[in-house]
Amino acid sequence: MHRTGELYGHFETLDQQKESASLGMWIFLITEVMFFGGIFLAYTVNRHANPVAFALGSNTLDLRLGAINTGVLLASSFTMAMAVWAGHVGKQKLITLFLILTLLLGGIFLGIKGVEYAAKFEHHLVPGSSFHIPAEDVSAAAAKADPYFAAHAQLFFSLYFGMTGLHALHMVVGAGLLIWLILQSRKGRFTAKYNTPVEMVGLYWHFVDIVWIYLFPLLYLIDRHK
Amino acid sequence: MQLQTSSLLPEQASNFAGRVDALMLYILGTSLFFALLVVILVVIFSLKYRRQKKTEIGVPLHGSVPLEIFWTLVPLVLAMVMFAWGAVIYMDFRHAPADTMDVYVIGKQWMWKLQHADGRREINELHVPVGRDVKLIMASEDVIHDFSIPNFRIKMDVVPGRYTTLWFRATKTGRYHFYCSQYCGTSHALMIGWVTVMEPAEYAAWLSGGADSNQSGAGEKLFAQYSCSTCHLPTGTGRGPSLVGLYGSKVKLTDGTTVVADDAYIRESIVSPKAKVVAGYQPLMPSFQGLITEEQVLSLTAYIKSLQAPAAASEASAGAPHMGKK
Amino acid sequence: MSATESRPAEQMPEKHYLNADYGIRSWLLTTDHKRIALLYLVSVTFFFLLGGIFAGLIRLHLLTPKGALLSPEVYNRMFTMHGVAMIFFFLIPSIPAVFGNFFIPLMIGAKDLAFPKINLLSWYLYMIGGALALYSFMSGGLDTGWTFYTPLSSVYSNSAVAPAVLGIFINGFSSILTGLNFLVTVHTMRAPGMTWFRLPMFVWAHYATSIIMILGTPVVATTLALAGMERLFHLGFFNPQLGGDPVLFQHLFWFYSHPAVYIMILPAMGVISEIIPTFSRKPLFGYKVMAGASLAIAIVGFLVWAHHMFVAGQSAYAALAFSFLTMLVAVPSAVKTFNWTATMYRGSISFQTPMVYAFGFLGLFLVGGLTGLFLGTLGTDIHIHDTYFVVAHFHYIMVGGAVMGYMGALHYWWPKMSGRMYSETLARFAAVILFVGFNLTFFPQFLMGYAGMPRRYHSYPPEFQIYNVLSTAGATILAIGYILPILYLLWSLKFGPVAGRNPWPSTGLEWQTASPPPTENFEVTPVVTWEAYDFENRPDLGLDKPVIPAAPASGHD
Repeated sequence: MHRTGELYGHFETLDQQKESASLGMWIFLITEVMFFGGIFLAYTVNRHANPVAFALGSNTLDLRLGAINTGVLLASSFTMAMAVWAGHVGKQKLITLFLILTLLLGGIFLGIKGVEYAAKFEHHLVPGSSFHIPAEDVSAAAAKADPYFAAHAQLFFSLYFGMTGLHALHMVVGAGLLIWLILQSRKGRFTAKYNTPVEMVGLYWHFVDIVWIYLFPLLYLIDRHK
Repeated sequence: MQLQTSSLLPEQASNFAGRVDALMLYILGTSLFFALLVVILVVIFSLKYRRQKKTEIGVPLHGSVPLEIFWTLVPLVLAMVMFAWGAVIYMDFRHAPADTMDVYVIGKQWMWKLQHADGRREINELHVPVGRDVKLIMASEDVIHDFSIPNFRIKMDVVPGRYTTLWFRATKTGRYHFYCSQYCGTSHALMIGWVTVMEPAEYAAWLSGGADSNQSGAGEKLFAQYSCSTCHLPTGTGRGPSLVGLYGSKVKLTDGTTVVADDAYIRESIVSPKAKVVAGYQPLMPSFQGLITEEQVLSLTAYIKSLQAPAAASEASAGAPHMGKK
Repeated sequence: MSATESRPAEQMPEKHYLNADYGIRSWLLTTDHKRIALLYLVSVTFFFLLGGIFAGLIRLHLLTPKGALLSPEVYNRMFTMHGVAMIFFFLIPSIPAVFGNFFIPLMIGAKDLAFPKINLLSWYLYMIGGALALYSFMSGGLDTGWTFYTPLSSVYSNSAVAPAVLGIFINGFSSILTGLNFLVTVHTMRAPGMTWFRLPMFVWAHYATSIIMILGTPVVATTLALAGMERLFHLGFFNPQLGGDPVLFQHLFWFYSHPAVYIMILPAMGVISEIIPTFSRKPLFGYKVMAGASLAIAIVGFLVWAHHMFVAGQSAYAALAFSFLTMLVAVPSAVKTFNWTATMYRGSISFQTPMVYAFGFLGLFLVGGLTGLFLGTLGTDIHIHDTYFVVAHFHYIMVGGAVMGYMGALHYWWPKMSGRMYSETLARFAAVILFVGFNLTFFPQFLMGYAGMPRRYHSYPPEFQIYNVLSTAGATILAIGYILPILYLLWSLKFGPVAGRNPWPSTGLEWQTASPPPTENFEVTPVVTWEAYDFENRPDLGLDKPVIPAAPASGHD
């Protein structure tokens, strides 16, 4: 099916096409909820079962960087929403500008995440053969209360890297989508009449942001002072 | 090729077997009724309404709400009867009676080790007296296994990292297969054995004839080997509580709750001692996780069980079978 | 006998989707849902045959109690790979990816699915997943059982678990995207006049199936990823030696894998709901109830997963809840069976091959569904869990139900897809062979299971041999039943009589266009003014008016 203007050949009208794109994106996001949900469930079950080891894990995460990242991502959702607005009112230069800002903020997020990951590598907190928690970081009572302490701490970091890694992967995909959008936008493709791709990427970007809003308290904030 | 006359319905040899078969027959009867009903109707309709003329069509009936309600409610009610009946049997099966003869079972790739409390050890064999409530307390050393006895109509998974239990009362003497019923690797099909149900007198004779080591004695050796007695003085004045008369008693913990000192409690106290600390004592006990095997835990448990106050000691022997309680 | 005989000979249309374009690129880069359906047809048939070979080897090996044909290591790989190939690479895609893809747009009057390129992506994801599974099979095999229970799969197994799990993971996305495509298509692409309650039941069935696909599949993806990571990086999610919980795996796994069986059966039920009205020439009885029952099965199907775990060591009270819910999910299936039967009442019934398959489905699904009651009931499940009773039950549903539905679909829509008719005699013969062979293969397994023979056993005590011999005999007959259709269907492509637009005839919109259809499906977008299965008000079908007797008489005396 080929395209005539913006209308793909298998659709009857542009409205039908937009409705389909929108419903499709929402359903896709629902599948993402189930996907992240599975791993969130594994985390919750294990957090409940191993509170001591997981509390230690949370406390090794950099609260400052995590909070900055949360702010960065919220700001990026704002700029993305502004891009969608600009699309609705047909202000093409603004669309491009806000998309670029969103991409930059996303890049900052990933950069800070990289810094955090590097720190984990340095401190031997990456699961695998080099995983090691120094004895002085572990209170005597904690270690002896949980005979599997080392394994459970490693489990925390497995889930940490799994969840944040999966999230970061989604951010990278989002960044790719933004680059594509920016290129299209610069060609003047998006108008008040047709801006569906901007909206759809907006939905996706907001979803990835919401996942982080859940990740941050679950990983960084619980049992912070234990 | 052997064609067992009873192979359509295997021999019933436990208190559960008859009940399970009766339920099965109810479900079978109900199922047969509906299956035959539908098949006969389809055959009748096929013959009676077969196309006579090439271009004829059927009578355009669309539906009938009363009919839908009827054939929704009837299956629902019948299914609920099945559920309730099955639930009663299951709840009985999952809650062993209080006074059981316990046998410890360890499954590992690809064999079964069974240990009678204070008695013999067996490999791929289980001897039990007829008419006695028997509980199997099971653990796995590696992957998930399952202990199943078809003639008793029971089974239960054997899971690493925890205990699972099943219970039965054998009702007929004889030899019956048991199988591993959870796929566990290469020789899963070879992890089978025999349950031998004996008259009480024969069972007692068999039990005392065992040349195998007495499990409680093995436990006593471990108790000394790991210096448990250093803290667990029988007077209760040591760093740890006395273990005399502990098994089966109620224990008050530091957090104010009370638990019963059963097998799981004793096992947890050995591998994860900080989880439940007895009131009035400090959390000083180290964990023996990884230092002793599941089998050794069982031996220690048997020994601790045997630590009764002198008056109760004579009743604790597992050698004399009690009369069936149910 | 054949509906085409008395008509003037019809011609194959000049241009249609098969000859619209030539060359391998036009197939591998197609976005035409009909061509994608055929790509799937070829690939699922490959995995079906592969799984069938494994099954054949299993049945041959089990002829003797000691099992002389295969070593235990090889046997364990056979049943595992049979399960993986059949479930993930045949059954789950089968009807949706072949017939759903081909016919949903046609049935609703659309030119294609909502997202044609994503449709093609789905097929490529399936192929990549399949290639990885094949790589696993060939580079050490897989011996964990298709259920991958931990810690056996994540710690102890010495087989190629990682590539298999990755392949299934990727294949899962194929499923998710197909479901997404179907849901959006049904919502937004219906032709004018095609209201929700005029949709063919086949579409409703796929709508319900798609709900399961999009909600359940992501969870098994996560589960397999966790198990894979545990295996590769020695982590401790499910390994008790590292503080993990093996039963957690079972919960996560069955949360998808139980609804997955409804992914496998709902589309087949949708096919039967097309065939019986067509060959009874009257409406599907209880249309709205049937649609509701499909949705009910999809939703309640998500609530019963732990009926696979009654003896796994979970809480007895949880088991009570799951058994109760399992009884509930059985009811809509019973209701459907009664509605199909009622559809035949006062019909004008003919016995062409699709209808023979529908009868086969009815009989076999009855047995399969009813035997589910034995398993869902707690008291009996303790005895028959993990025995051949379970094996028989699920083969009755998946082969007797789903595969019969698939074969029925193939024979019902072959004329539309290919423009040709096959040999009715051979086809009916094969259908009967399948039915007989199937029952001989699997019915003895119920008895064997109740007698206590566990599943996944490479050798067994001698008293079970008689059942095994009967079962293997049945399997050889079954194999013939599957090979014959491949032969006569392929033959018909060149030598079969031209089928014409609507050979049966049927009321569906897909029969309003040419056989084979043009690439854009319809010359002109149809406007729908008739109800589903409305033989009464369709003069274009060339059939009589209904004979409605005045007094409550019986049939057509």
